[in-house]
Amino acid sequence: MNNDTNRGSIRPEQFQKIDRSNYVFERIERKRLTAWQDIRYRLVSNKLAMTGFYIMCVVLLFAIFAPMISPHDHFTNDLPNANQAPSWQHLFGTDDLGRDMFERTWKGAQISLFVGFAAALIDLIIGIIYGGIMGYYGGKVDEAMNRFAEIIYAIPHLLVTILLLVVMEPSLTTIIVAMSITGWINMAWIVRGQIMQLKNQEYALASKALGAGAMRIIFRHLIPNAMGPILVTLTLTVPSAIFTEAFLSFLGLGVQSPVASWGTMINDGVKSMTLYPWRLMFPALFLSLMMFAFNVFGDGLRDAFDPKLKK
Amino acid sequence: MSKPFIEIEGLKKHFDIGNHQILKAVDDISFSIGKGETLGLVGESGCGKSTAGRTIIRLYEPTAGSIKIDGTDVTKVSKSQFKAYRSQMQMVFQDPYASLNPRMTILDIIGEALDIHGLAKSKAERKRRVEELLEIVGLNGEHASRYPHEFSGGQRQRIGITRALAVQPQFMILDEPISALDVSIQAQIINLLIDLQKKMGLTYLFVAHDLSMVKYMSDRVAVMYLGKIVELAKSEDLYANPQHPYTKALLSAIPVPDPDFEAGKERIVLKGDLPSPVNPPSGCPFRTRCPAATERCAAEAPMLRETRPGHIAACHYA
Ligand SMILES: Nc1ncnc2c1ncn2[C@@H]1O[C@H](COP(=O)(O)OP(=O)(O)O)[C@@H](O)[C@H]1O
Ligand code: SF4
Ligand SMILES: [Mg+2]
Repeated sequence: MNNDTNRGSIRPEQFQKIDRSNYVFERIERKRLTAWQDIRYRLVSNKLAMTGFYIMCVVLLFAIFAPMISPHDHFTNDLPNANQAPSWQHLFGTDDLGRDMFERTWKGAQISLFVGFAAALIDLIIGIIYGGIMGYYGGKVDEAMNRFAEIIYAIPHLLVTILLLVVMEPSLTTIIVAMSITGWINMAWIVRGQIMQLKNQEYALASKALGAGAMRIIFRHLIPNAMGPILVTLTLTVPSAIFTEAFLSFLGLGVQSPVASWGTMINDGVKSMTLYPWRLMFPALFLSLMMFAFNVFGDGLRDAFDPKLKK
Repeated sequence: MSKPFIEIEGLKKHFDIGNHQILKAVDDISFSIGKGETLGLVGESGCGKSTAGRTIIRLYEPTAGSIKIDGTDVTKVSKSQFKAYRSQMQMVFQDPYASLNPRMTILDIIGEALDIHGLAKSKAERKRRVEELLEIVGLNGEHASRYPHEFSGGQRQRIGITRALAVQPQFMILDEPISALDVSIQAQIINLLIDLQKKMGLTYLFVAHDLSMVKYMSDRVAVMYLGKIVELAKSEDLYANPQHPYTKALLSAIPVPDPDFEAGKERIVLKGDLPSPVNPPSGCPFRTRCPAATERCAAEAPMLRETRPGHIAACHYA
């Protein structure tokens, strides 16, 4: 019916032969942005995240180099010069024993950052292994391992720390161990979720079909593809560990004098807050700055990895 | 056909999807494939083709049934022995974008196959072997250091084929290897697969979701519906004399490059969607959409039986 009239209106003259002699069926495509380049682009164009990044870099540089070049040291007492206000001689003033606060602030930064990074690293290692196995095997293995994680997670954090301090001396190691006992669980859950999503991807199945074992599939194929959320979690673990250390040190459960961390310095500073505000101000300022910097950078990183999540 | 190379008997794969519900993705299928033969496996999306393929290659544990390769039941061999069978069966996946790890170079993607089976003694040999394999499928060996995203869909599918070939398999499951590709590239991949089969004497299970794709590839064709095989015959016979109403519907959907025939052709349009494999219809699984369904179809499940010489179908009225 209709078809016939349509067909009648198409005439041979309307057709033109296309020369396909130079036609390339498939050629290698122009280099597209890799996923990483794409992420970097989104991160660099996020001003707040980059502000955080630069603050982190500056504080890190000062923490490393300032104590090296400063003429003072952080533990020698100099009682005649106790509690001095900031001056050219002592940029951040001195504390009740006359120790240079500039020097101590950056020494404290070293301790705080070390705790932050060490805790994050331990979380990362345990979390990846535990979460990777949970997520990959699933089923009963997952259920049992998850139950164990939930039990540990349910124990109050502070209680674990205080109990541990009964057995171990208050020290840097004790604090890091205390934080790691519960800290890895969050990372393990993040990794588990990622692995569960990724394990049925065809590239993982292809590897399994070739005869790859679970460990090869988890660590060669799945973890590298879950790096985004893992990095984000890592970045957000650092400030929370720094804060926990500061909090414990503030309570007197942390590092012991003469070693200083931001937490112990704040503890000292609070006592004489009204008379010598700089003793509180500088460690508190840098602690807050670092928390802010890590958190906005971590958020920026998350948005860069998954732009759909952006609020 | 001589002694079959692949024999599948009563294969079932049921997924426990929670809430005490069982999804029967593959429900009692049997077929065999001779050495060097291609069996087409056709059916709508969601009818269980990929699950069947993945269960045969033991990516999923079968719920029941046996999978024999050259006479050995691979569901019975121990884990350590099974590795040897791994290299006999390989799979080419549907999605050329998802089937290559984006974080690995082509050298490592294909090299992994050699690593697992200890097929390369040194780094240099591994590289040389990968380059050789790439040349076999028509890719430039120098591109081995690149990442998957630098290749087009057709090239990626060639890489997927190379990875499967690397372990020198005898049987390949091709899970819709061309359905994600441009039409202009589909023919190239099909020709490559046919070439490889001739050169290496490969046996294929070729999965597709419509009958037009399998026509040029398959010696015999099995039609699947809701986890079951509803018809199986030699290709020419299936196209010339379809027995099952479902096969007839699938065939009528293929456009024919002849306007006069196309205009006069009766097109059977299937009503409704594929029923859920969690609650399949009673009796004949196809009865909810079958234009010829009767009361008997709801009461009694049709068995697969020979309706023509060498041609089996599961319909009471075929
Ligand atoms: N891992 C799984 N768990 C639960 N259900 C699945 C799983 N894989 C596939 N299915 C279900 O099995 C049925 C068949 O799927 P599939 O084999 O992928 O079909 P096809 O390849 O023919 O499109 C679908 O209903 C699908 O939802
Ligand atoms: S048995 Fe009945 S419902 Fe099933 S295909 Fe045949 S006619 Fe249709
Ligand atoms: Mg499929």
